[in-house]
Amino acid sequence: MALSSTSTGSGLAPGPVRAVRRRKNPGTMLGLGTALIYLSLIVLIPLAAVVWKSTGQGPGFFWKAVTTPDAWASLQLTIGASVVVALVNLVMGTVIAWVLVRDRFPGKAVVDSLIDLPFALPTIVAGLVLLALYGSDSPLGVNLAYTRAGVLVALLFVTLPFVVRTVQPVLLELDRDMEQAAASLGAAPWTVFRRIILPNLLPAMVSGTALAFTRSIAEFGSTVLISGNLPFKTQVAAVQIFGQIENDNAVGAAAVSTVLLVVALAVLFALDLIQRWGARRG
Amino acid sequence: MGRSTRTIAAVAALGIGMSALAACGSSKSSSAGGGGTVQLALVAYSTPQAAYTKIIKAFQATPEGKNVTFTQSYGASGDQSRAVASGLKADIVAFSLAPDIDRLTKAGLVAADWNTDATKGFVTDSVVVIATRKGNPKGIKTWTDLTKPGVQVITPNPFTSGGARWNILAGYGAISAKGTNKTAGVAFLNSLLKNVPVQDNSGRASLQTFVGGKGDAILTYENESIFAQQKGQALDYTVPDSTILIENPVAVTKNSAHPVQAKAFLAFLHSATAQKIFVDNGYRPTATGIPGADKFPTPPGLFTINDLGGWTQVTKDFFDPQAGVITGIEKKLGVSTGKA
Amino acid sequence: MAKYGLRTVALVYLLFLLVLPVGLIGWRTFEHGAGPFFDALSSHSALHAFQVTFTVALWAVALNTVFGIGAAILLVRHSFPGKRLLGALIDLPLAVSPVVVGLALILVYGRFAPFGGWLENHGIQVIFSTPGMVLATVFVSLPLVVRAIVPVLEEMGDDQEQAAHTLGANRWQAFRRITVPGIRSALAYGIVLCLARALGEYGAVAVVSGRLVDQTQTLTLYVEERFQNFEQPAAYAAATALAVIAIVSLLLTKLLRPKDGDR
Repeated sequence: MALSSTSTGSGLAPGPVRAVRRRKNPGTMLGLGTALIYLSLIVLIPLAAVVWKSTGQGPGFFWKAVTTPDAWASLQLTIGASVVVALVNLVMGTVIAWVLVRDRFPGKAVVDSLIDLPFALPTIVAGLVLLALYGSDSPLGVNLAYTRAGVLVALLFVTLPFVVRTVQPVLLELDRDMEQAAASLGAAPWTVFRRIILPNLLPAMVSGTALAFTRSIAEFGSTVLISGNLPFKTQVAAVQIFGQIENDNAVGAAAVSTVLLVVALAVLFALDLIQRWGARRG
Repeated sequence: MGRSTRTIAAVAALGIGMSALAACGSSKSSSAGGGGTVQLALVAYSTPQAAYTKIIKAFQATPEGKNVTFTQSYGASGDQSRAVASGLKADIVAFSLAPDIDRLTKAGLVAADWNTDATKGFVTDSVVVIATRKGNPKGIKTWTDLTKPGVQVITPNPFTSGGARWNILAGYGAISAKGTNKTAGVAFLNSLLKNVPVQDNSGRASLQTFVGGKGDAILTYENESIFAQQKGQALDYTVPDSTILIENPVAVTKNSAHPVQAKAFLAFLHSATAQKIFVDNGYRPTATGIPGADKFPTPPGLFTINDLGGWTQVTKDFFDPQAGVITGIEKKLGVSTGKA
Repeated sequence: MAKYGLRTVALVYLLFLLVLPVGLIGWRTFEHGAGPFFDALSSHSALHAFQVTFTVALWAVALNTVFGIGAAILLVRHSFPGKRLLGALIDLPLAVSPVVVGLALILVYGRFAPFGGWLENHGIQVIFSTPGMVLATVFVSLPLVVRAIVPVLEEMGDDQEQAAHTLGANRWQAFRRITVPGIRSALAYGIVLCLARALGEYGAVAVVSGRLVDQTQTLTLYVEERFQNFEQPAAYAAATALAVIAIVSLLLTKLLRPKDGDR
């Protein structure tokens, strides 16, 4: 039965396996080539076309397009809100993942399945429903419509699964012997968490947070309704881009998109560096 | 191995179920391209969808339209125009404002003389109106009523909705005496936008916001208000004494594969039959003598976009993202409310 | 006590962010009974939208699954220069606004772009037809399968695969007998996620589909079109149908997933 058991592998090798033996063979190159062609055709070439469009007329033009008052305001709001959203996700996502793995209560399986719903729900429907619940005639008496708090709620909704779903599998695979050993040697629960669990979870936590951040800066559909879309106040960058396109200002739209792309890529790349640094240290 | 087989079987079952669903849907949709028939592609903005569906039926009942079938695409006017400019096949285009056709003339897809026929290329008209809750509890009837404290006005974001610019310009033109008193006009826009709590992406979206219960008044088109009433929504509307005439253009594309049929359809749109259908759907006809057209009042101070200098000039003055009048107002409002 | 505290915090957060909003959609759809729901879904346009949606989603899922497994193995088991960059690039689609996805695809595959024009001359229309919609959907759901598999593949290690090699198994056998069983729940999860995302995609598809009624109209576009025409029952019905399909698929994998979490 060893073949069909997921957990046996890590049971043999305590803790996460970081130093995987690397193979080098012609298959790598073939696989890499195929993956790159696929990525290029679908993602890279089209995105390069956007970047090219925004910078084709010179850096001055690009800078001017990014620093128009409303573009700049929307970029600030988007990135600021996404940082907050990412941090809330870091904490709440980890808590939820923890509860889903280590706690037992009736209906846990249902809750677990619900986590992915924000991915599945068309974002425009998500916005609609959040507006119904947290809008001006909210049954809960909470009116967040047309405020920045409303933007945050919408972003939290769509980014919910990221941290939960990156932390959860790691927590599942985590070997509990070490924790039990530490506990039996008299370590307090918090110490066990901080010294044993957290170092193992951290890469997944950071990774999920970064994904939530990148998703959040791009969000369009769900924020539109609840944000009220007020320029300089609640208009996020994606809506601003939409407006630029409507204005026949494809260059401006491409320029703001390029800024978002660069920020996202920088975050993803930094995340990778941090993880590797952490892995080497641990 | 049992578990993995089970999972794979489940995924496969899901897939098969979906393909079955997909297949049963497809069996119905193979009516196009029969012998001797011609298929025209109509690309239009979303509001007149109901009217066009009826007009196409009426056209197909005429000798010219006997063997003509249609594909139809409806969406926001600007989106549709850009789609055609980037390659969406279209034989007839129908948009909410002329700049959306100008985009296609620039791209070489519509002949430059599209607006030289008897109605200057326009097939329907409408006006910007002030719609309120049923019975108009707050007594909002004029442009200045909209700027009173405590009145909430809904209008779309003029930067994302080309159509919303009609609304802004209607109020501006009315207060500034067709653009002659700029200071008064700009002051009005300042106080108007202060009363706008939400700026949706499109005209229809803001109408949804309004009928959903937000706001005391909404700036919208006459035909939209009539449409909403026909759909059982509880609202009233007032045609202000001075407002802008909205003109909706239609054109045949240069690269149409069936220019004869497309032009026949265009001519049909101006016929009494089609114009009557437009009237029934809340549009003002561009042809004269259409029964029912007298229900639309002509306000004494009606003006057109040309009275304000034409679209090119207006776009530059008001909606430029760096220096436009609206950009300035929105920035001031956004910063002040952002702090609060 | 800490346990109950955490549980309460997690559940309350989920209640207000997720359960109440989603419950509200269901209630709005069925507040006038189930009859209007099924009527709305059995109209010709709705059925056609279902068909288009599933065709596009199945293609996207198939492509991304193959790519996802390959890329995940590449990222975890192999080393090559630029690996970090590849990892970051795979996540990039999450960060791209759907509107930009549409814009980007049109810039390359549109009829008036060099490459798109060349394809068009060879009889392949990409934008405003199914291939473009598949491209857009693949784009937005690209990282999901990869990201579902990578952590599991990392935790699993390759000891068993190495052992299988030593015992004479070839690459395919090792993959099929060791790797696939090891990642199957993660893979199934990734596929369902990808499917759900593909079914629900709106922004990017709206731009590249041309919204041709009864031709390229997907369910989300149908929802929008109905909603804008004040046909709320039809709009809510289709929206709920999307949500129900998503929930059912998610629950399905949950039920079928072996309880490898409970030890």
